[in-house]
Amino acid sequence: MTPMKKTEYRSIGETLYSGELENGLKIFVIPKKGFNSFYAVFGTHYGGSMRRFEINGETIDTPAGVAHFLEHKMFDMPDGSNALNSLSESGADANAFTSTDMTCYHFSCTERFEENLRKLLTFVSTPYYTEETVQKEQGIIGQEIQMGDDSPGRQIYYDLLSLLYEHHPIRDAVVGTKESIAEITAKTLYDCHSVFYAPSNMVLCVEGDVEPERIAAIAEEILPKDKKSIPHADFGESEALVPAEKRKEREMPVAMPEFLIGGKLKSEAVGMAPKDSATLIRERLIAGMALRLLAGASSSFFTRLYADGTLTRDFDYEADFTAGTGTTIIGGQSPDPERVMTELLAEAKLIAEKGFDKAYFSRIRKAMIGGRLRGLEDFDGICVSLIGDWFDGYCTFDTLDILPDIRKEECEAWIAENITEEKLAMAVIRPVREA
Amino acid sequence: MKQTRTEIMPGVNLNHIQTDKFKIAVMSISLLTQLNRETAAMNALIPYVLRRGTAHYGDMEKISNRLDELYYSTLDPIVRRIGEIQCVGLLASYPEDDYLPEGETVAKDAIGLMCEMLINPLTRGGLLMRSYVESERDKLADTIRSRINEKGSYAVSRCIEEMCCFEDFSVGRYGSAEDCESIRYKKLTQQYHKLLETSPVEIFYCGNDSCKRIAGMLKDALCTMPRGEIDYEIGTDVRMNAVEDEPRIYTETLDVTQGRLVIGFRLGECMEDPDKASLSMFNTIFGAGVTSKLFTNVREKMQLCYYASSFADSHKGLLIASAGIDFDKYDLAKDEILHQLDEIRNGNITDDEMETARKGICSDLSSMQDSQGTMESYTIGNVLDGWNVTPEEYIELVKAVTKEDVIAIAQSTVCDMIYFLRGEEKGEAPEDEEGEPNLESTEDESE
Repeated sequence: MTPMKKTEYRSIGETLYSGELENGLKIFVIPKKGFNSFYAVFGTHYGGSMRRFEINGETIDTPAGVAHFLEHKMFDMPDGSNALNSLSESGADANAFTSTDMTCYHFSCTERFEENLRKLLTFVSTPYYTEETVQKEQGIIGQEIQMGDDSPGRQIYYDLLSLLYEHHPIRDAVVGTKESIAEITAKTLYDCHSVFYAPSNMVLCVEGDVEPERIAAIAEEILPKDKKSIPHADFGESEALVPAEKRKEREMPVAMPEFLIGGKLKSEAVGMAPKDSATLIRERLIAGMALRLLAGASSSFFTRLYADGTLTRDFDYEADFTAGTGTTIIGGQSPDPERVMTELLAEAKLIAEKGFDKAYFSRIRKAMIGGRLRGLEDFDGICVSLIGDWFDGYCTFDTLDILPDIRKEECEAWIAENITEEKLAMAVIRPVREA
Repeated sequence: MKQTRTEIMPGVNLNHIQTDKFKIAVMSISLLTQLNRETAAMNALIPYVLRRGTAHYGDMEKISNRLDELYYSTLDPIVRRIGEIQCVGLLASYPEDDYLPEGETVAKDAIGLMCEMLINPLTRGGLLMRSYVESERDKLADTIRSRINEKGSYAVSRCIEEMCCFEDFSVGRYGSAEDCESIRYKKLTQQYHKLLETSPVEIFYCGNDSCKRIAGMLKDALCTMPRGEIDYEIGTDVRMNAVEDEPRIYTETLDVTQGRLVIGFRLGECMEDPDKASLSMFNTIFGAGVTSKLFTNVREKMQLCYYASSFADSHKGLLIASAGIDFDKYDLAKDEILHQLDEIRNGNITDDEMETARKGICSDLSSMQDSQGTMESYTIGNVLDGWNVTPEEYIELVKAVTKEDVIAIAQSTVCDMIYFLRGEEKGEAPEDEEGEPNLESTEDESE
């Protein structure tokens, strides 16, 4: 039986069990006494950006949208049944999603947890595709693509990424295009499943009132026994640290202009060597804290621009790390996006010269310490973070101890380096002008 | 988990759930008032203006700094429409003592700040700050207009607006952008005082502190809250039948690539004595989730769309079905949605459909206690309906629902409005007439 290692995180009152099966599957379990819900996520390190890879020494190029298409078709079972229906029949609420670098299948339930877990592990490890079912799905996904075409949030996101990245595949929509998904065949799906859905490339995460060893035993029983080598996706040549282009605008039926400002961060995509987990964690915490100091709800930048009508409550910011990239994204609605950019750069310059106020910095640190608790009640969120961060090379909960020793100077240096005219690009969607 | 409801001040009720399950405590204060066109935008604006500055923390930066100091406590405006009752107020959350550095506690300060924000805003000459009112007014008007950004929810809200055009329900939770723009700070101050004095108030708390302690803190913090004659005469006018003999048809044109079909029904006579358990069974079988008739037929079998789903509003008595489709699939999709409802009316429901729906609903109800947010909306919704049923009791009711109960709901529904949002390119028009390409259009095509 696979032993599960127990780690207690007292500051957040959680215990994490982790282990690895002989076939290479990583397992995380967070026992939750007193909760009725069970939640399980089974994720593979395979997403929309992983289009070029090697199989038996041969390089394969796949059309945009395969990972997402595969997600849709995983639910079909060889006996003609559908795993989504079968999970619903045993009281589970199941779904799946695909991002740029992972695909996750998940369910929540309050009863028959083991039965549902078995179903989850079984269907995700059972590829079954026919030309007929592939063709049928092209219609449904075609509608999903069109839905995205009408969504300003989605359009502006990809507008920004394609300004920043010259060729890295994160610039293309995870769902693909109607043309690209037309190239997908049953064989494409079988190939990709065999490469990326090996247990060694996957993580299972369970939260609820469960026995960790029992989870490991069930996974061991159902999943393939052999350990395959971990596939390597090729994202192409490394990119420059500055944006490929600086500005893009389009018109859509929206009420007020929307904007996204972004920049590339030092990462593998811009030619940096892979980093150890402590360095990765530190870098990400600094990025998150620096952005909060610069543009968070209590920053003088945000409160000033909110009060004068330039920003609204939906203003947001993040440092996003995926598929070997690191990207700063700052955006929202504004009657005057150019002014947001100007003010942001001016604020960053001021910080670079004068630094943050000490009292302000320590208040933000307090807020970040309190912030560690937020999201922990969200089963779905915490399991998905554990999986995503593990694929990136570290354990989410290991960030807790590092947070209190992030220094003011590190955040100031981060702002000075990344929030500059040269590094940032901006995408804007303006309301359709009256004819 | 123990839930109690106590009147702590005149017309102020505390709905208290004590549990040590969570690391964050959640509290909401909702002021209840009748939804109508004259006051909706003003009422909606009030919590946003209050959030701008209190007597002690005079601007947003000071409030945010204070919240940071309280280990990332949060305090946000809430504006809801439950049936034709408008609920406006504040939602707070703060870390429980157990998870703070030794000896620290923020509960009293966080609750104190929330209450201060409600009853003691920054004023000048006794009036709400003009600059705050005008700035938030413009932002709220923009928010109302921004509903057009997401086409799926826009289409649903437009369908309801047109369908209920003779009812207060069409006003929407924020009121209209035009009404919002006409708000002046003096008038808003009057409305604020009236709301504070006359609204029934519902407070929700879910966390580790006892009812006695929370009630004590609230009573201290709200002791200067002015209370007059409480207006309990609030409620929802439920219309049982369609406005016309035939469903009204409304088409709107926008620059979109995908069409959005929304069909609005009245739940009908079953609303005389609404049976929530049967209603949720009916809606789950019809259009909620992946085993529903809409998903399995309109999406999976006919591949007409990515989404096809329905929801039932048991407060107002509406059933809304929607799907995102190609423009030229209008007739096919509309006919199929109506056909699937007929299937239920005719009793074509399998035992599997019944049991899957039942399990799904029971599982949702059972997991509700794991989420403070869900408990909050469930509690406030039930209070407004005067429906005192715990999730456990609700589960028992769902277990007892029969196929006949579900059929009866389906037979009670009446189609009232078929709304279609389509693109500008020439395609096959669903009807002879088309709506004005004007976004502000409120014309009813069938008239």
